[in-house]
Amino acid sequence: MTPEPLWKTREPAASYDAVVVGAGGHGLATAYYLARDHGITNVAVLERGWLAGGNMARNTQIVRSNYLWDASAGLYEHALRLWEGLENELDRELEFSQRGVLNLAHTTHDVRESVRRVNANRLNGIDAEWLDPEEVKKLVPIINISPELRYPVMGATYQPRAGIADHDQVAWGYAAAADRLGVHLIEGCEVTGFQRSGDRITGVHTSRGPIAAGRVALCAAGHTSVLLDTLGLRLPLQSHPLQALVTQLVEPVIDTVVMSNTVHVYVSQVAKGELVMGAGIDAYNGYGRRGSFRTIEREMEAALALYPVFAHSHLLRSWGGIVDVSPDASPIIGRTPFEGLYVNCGWGTGGYKATPGAGHVLADTVANDRPHPLAEPYALERFTSGALIDEHGAAAVAH
Amino acid sequence: MTGFRSVPVPAGSEATVSFNGRELAARAGEPLAATLLANGVRTVASGVYTDRPRGIVGLGTEEPCGYVRVDSPPIESMAQATRVETHDGLCARSLNGYARLPEGEEAPRGDRVWAHCDVLVVGAGPAGIAAATAAARAGARVILACDAPQPGGGLAGEWDAAEGTAAREWQEPRIAALRDEPELRLLTRTTVTGLYDHGEVVALERRPHAAASGGAVHRLWHIRAGRTVLATGSCERPIVFEGNDRPGVMLAGAAVGYARRHGVLAGQRAVVFGCHDEALWAAVALHEAGATIVAVADARPAPGPAPVAALYERGIGVLTASGVTRTTGGSGGVLSAATVAPIDSDGNATGEGRSFPCDLLAVSGGHDPATALAAHSGGRKRWSPEHAAFLPDQTPPGVRLAGAAAGTRNPAAARDQGERVGHAAAVEALAHESATDGAEVADDGAAAPVVGSGHTPPMALWTVADARTDERRAFVDLHRDATLADIRDAIGAGMTSIEHIKRYTTIGTGPDQGRTSGVPATGIVAGLLDRTMDEVGGTGSRPPWVPIPLTAVAGRELGELFDPARRTPMHDWHVAQGAVFEDVGQWKRPRYFPREGEDMRAALQRECRAARESVGALDASTLGKIMVEGRDAGTFLDRIYANNFSTLRPGRCRYGVMCTADGMVLDDGVAVRLSDTQYMCTTTSGNADTVRAWLEEWAQTEWPELCVHITDVTDHWATISVVGPRSRDVMARLAPREDLSAEGFAFMTYRDTTVLGVPARILRVSFTGELTFEVNVPAWYGRAIWEAVMAAGHPYGITPYGTEGMHLLRAEKGFIVVGHETDGTVTPVDVGLGWAVSKRKDFVGKRSLWRPDTAREDRQQLVGLMPEDGDHVVAEGAQLVAERPGSVPVSMQGHVTSSYLSPALGRSFALGLLSQGRERHGDRVYAVHLDEAVPVTVTDPVFYDKEGSRRDG
Repeated sequence: MTPEPLWKTREPAASYDAVVVGAGGHGLATAYYLARDHGITNVAVLERGWLAGGNMARNTQIVRSNYLWDASAGLYEHALRLWEGLENELDRELEFSQRGVLNLAHTTHDVRESVRRVNANRLNGIDAEWLDPEEVKKLVPIINISPELRYPVMGATYQPRAGIADHDQVAWGYAAAADRLGVHLIEGCEVTGFQRSGDRITGVHTSRGPIAAGRVALCAAGHTSVLLDTLGLRLPLQSHPLQALVTQLVEPVIDTVVMSNTVHVYVSQVAKGELVMGAGIDAYNGYGRRGSFRTIEREMEAALALYPVFAHSHLLRSWGGIVDVSPDASPIIGRTPFEGLYVNCGWGTGGYKATPGAGHVLADTVANDRPHPLAEPYALERFTSGALIDEHGAAAVAH
Repeated sequence: MTGFRSVPVPAGSEATVSFNGRELAARAGEPLAATLLANGVRTVASGVYTDRPRGIVGLGTEEPCGYVRVDSPPIESMAQATRVETHDGLCARSLNGYARLPEGEEAPRGDRVWAHCDVLVVGAGPAGIAAATAAARAGARVILACDAPQPGGGLAGEWDAAEGTAAREWQEPRIAALRDEPELRLLTRTTVTGLYDHGEVVALERRPHAAASGGAVHRLWHIRAGRTVLATGSCERPIVFEGNDRPGVMLAGAAVGYARRHGVLAGQRAVVFGCHDEALWAAVALHEAGATIVAVADARPAPGPAPVAALYERGIGVLTASGVTRTTGGSGGVLSAATVAPIDSDGNATGEGRSFPCDLLAVSGGHDPATALAAHSGGRKRWSPEHAAFLPDQTPPGVRLAGAAAGTRNPAAARDQGERVGHAAAVEALAHESATDGAEVADDGAAAPVVGSGHTPPMALWTVADARTDERRAFVDLHRDATLADIRDAIGAGMTSIEHIKRYTTIGTGPDQGRTSGVPATGIVAGLLDRTMDEVGGTGSRPPWVPIPLTAVAGRELGELFDPARRTPMHDWHVAQGAVFEDVGQWKRPRYFPREGEDMRAALQRECRAARESVGALDASTLGKIMVEGRDAGTFLDRIYANNFSTLRPGRCRYGVMCTADGMVLDDGVAVRLSDTQYMCTTTSGNADTVRAWLEEWAQTEWPELCVHITDVTDHWATISVVGPRSRDVMARLAPREDLSAEGFAFMTYRDTTVLGVPARILRVSFTGELTFEVNVPAWYGRAIWEAVMAAGHPYGITPYGTEGMHLLRAEKGFIVVGHETDGTVTPVDVGLGWAVSKRKDFVGKRSLWRPDTAREDRQQLVGLMPEDGDHVVAEGAQLVAERPGSVPVSMQGHVTSSYLSPALGRSFALGLLSQGRERHGDRVYAVHLDEAVPVTVTDPVFYDKEGSRRDG
């Protein structure tokens, strides 16, 4: 039986009430919530490549909300609650698996900061536990907790409700749901600049001609900088390669997600059987979706120390995404100095897990032309006011 | 029995291998796949999802089905049977697509090698051999890497006999001559896995023989190549039809390869099916090797006359405009017959088929140039209808292709092309010219494919089907068990991008990276969507080209070598004293020195009491020490530190704090002015490298006009802090001629002198509030001077203490530690260091300090915290809240940064950051850790000797 098309191939119309730039997870979710919650269905999502082919196709699928600061806890926990109902909401299997996420502590400094974060999470109503090495071993039998390790496991934070979800299914689920509500998803349509009338944005220029728009929401990750450059607005973003890899299919060895910031490796095993691992970012800036092999070597050295049995598996495929990192490792969401133009960028390594929350909050912000309460702390102005939300510690990937 | 050896195993090469527990006769050194075929083992593995039997399909890295596990050393959890070399005692088993990682088994060791060359040639077929030879003769240092155990490449297989003989006659002396080129390094069993930016190349060398001696079985080469020539050959592609996955269905070139290279015939009765001349030549070769050719089908209405004539001479006819529509399975599902029917140019049957009983179906849909490596660093390809293949179009900078990888299939033409490309690469590499221009490459003919004379064009054929074809049995990706029906489903779901179809069907995601499925999938999609091959394109190739064992990726950087620990010169002494260590940055530092029966708490009380009441000693060698020198050193430091350093007089020390551009505390420490142009800045132990890089960044990128030189001298020195009221007595024994009095050697000054004849720099600083002499000696003398200090202090009960004691003692004085009291969100003003922030001069972070939020009155500020229960030590990391928490969320006002039991105070105390804390001394707040909430009183952060009366002794 042939399935129904998930989304239709459309030609761009001359004008829309709202245009979302970028059909990644955030762009698709934004369009979906604009249509579902705000009755704005005359919406186009413009994508220069193929739908969800950027960071949405390149992340390691981890979903969690155990961030330190109140603003982050609010936003990521909002997302996690949406994740928990998303399969029903989108009527699609997302392989959403709340298998728990551990963040390992390897030094006394790590322990202090981890305990601090666990306590902050609990007071914010987010499930969080502190595990000693023996408890870590119970959850992850293959982990090496020997005190002789170069950076021994001294404990871990644990968020049981966290986990993973299949990123393709999530993107396709949002795409199908948005399409059903009348949203136009247009692939192969690159936005190259803006139409404006004074400080008001009235549309976009694209590789397929001009498109008028009542409102424009940018969900283009690191390329948001490039687009806003055309308006003379400089964003405090740095784009870096972030690499990930998979092994060949392996019989089940690990049924939770384990991350380590200090030695820079995070791992989970997806339903298909591959071990999926990620590392720290490559230090240099760029938009090339490839990193250096040295970063992968470093990551595997750490992986083999923590999980000796991995020595028998193989690096099958590696790739790079481009993470857009802001000075405080927190996103930028909200209005811009240009009327009718909204940004959602700077998610760094945290974008995937926020997908439903980012889309939900941005849609509300666009629809009402004021920041959603959860987005208020994330305005661009914070870089001039100094009210930063520094999540370098909780980002789990060193920036 | 079906497969057999047409050439007996030579005497001396006999080996016995075990497969699934069955003993098989092998020829040592042949691929396991050859052994299996020779012994009639047709089913080698099973499908990952369908459980259908699968046999050997290919000859090398393209093998999609024949995955095995090797249980004899060197063990492998997953390997292609085509790439496992047999030896006596080899023991292997079938896999169903999943590896089982053997817990507790030692993995074969990996190692790393680094090399540079002017020209790297990848692949040692005719093009590669010619390129490497030409490059070497042009004076280049050359590395020639080939995947196989010997050079020779693919020419032994697919071409006709006359060409093949000529090619071998050309090639053999040249292979021998490779070894005579002094600057040519031949790496066999070495597969280039990835091309990275700037000529970085990673290659995996297999050394199975090293297992016996415990040597490295894998070597991961890191090659920096001036220019790279890809002579990587091609991958043969199959044709999709119902039952194309049965054991016995093979790639035609592979069947010929086993016959020619290994003397093994994969079957006795063969049907050969293709759509190009090389498939017909394969039929000739199989017949030559002793197989009965049951039928030959060519999808083209007019196949090439030469191979047709050659077959005719052997009494073999060719069914033109015909193709295999399906196979029939015999016992165990293995191939027993193939149905051949007349077909149109799209592969649709136009008439009734006829079934030919056979035990080998040799299929060839054409050859795809192996250009994945070029794609790793940005190369593109373009469909060539004349070649029925994607040919390289744009190549990345410094990369050229030759031979079959460039679409040149004739061996003689390939070697000519290789020679030209190799020579050009050498000339360019030696001239250090850039070859970023694709046009330039085309100009010298290097990338232009060469078509042989008298060539009859191949046909692009992806599928063969008739009205009854079950598309769920027509496999596109044999490893992923993905079928024609799956592609149709993906397109039905609205997928039009090949990337989406790949993700929907999982085609191309197996360990063979879709070598045999990628281009057919593109062809099928193009047909279904009525698009061109270029419009559909292919999915991006991602490294590595072949799977790399993780043990090879990690190399030797395991255990201690993961991150070699830094140890102070006194480390062994600490070990001998039973110190407990902690990791601080890369350093191993003693945390405390427990005596018999002591836990950390007890040891800490004893150590700190000694430092307060008599004398203690701290190994402070790990403290970062960075020399900042040059005409503008003072100006530079004025801009880096929040306070002034140009005004510091030589001979004096000053505490300083430096900020990030955000105005947050980056690091702190004492800087010493040694002369007008020299400062030594100390940093937090774990932060020395960060600070050095920070200084370099500003010096090099922002203020290049400043004359300043930065050198990390941390490990040039051993540093011993002699701390406590009796420290002067101890120092007097060590440096009897020095004036150590408070007046003669003032606080915050230093002195270059000698201690026991050893040059020493002594600082009068204090991180505990006690009288302190910080003795710095060249690192070589560290252990000796440390022991001398301990001996001199013996009468006073000198007590070594570690980081835990150091932290406790400074916390009693309200001194911050970067990383405890700061976390990148804390300004100097927040932690009470406003006095060290200049109002007048400019410095990094100053502007940020006056932003509205940073200047807010109600920021979190450093406070002291006294638990109401003086025996209770609150947890570091506990959150501070105003009320005992009820329902969540609870508003958090700060957190506990440091917490100890103080011997001096006789009770517990803590430091913390608290919203508007400086205004709230005397308030009660709660420290919440997990399920406990402990009442604490907010106090001034200085608990001990507020007057500072003890620092001069």
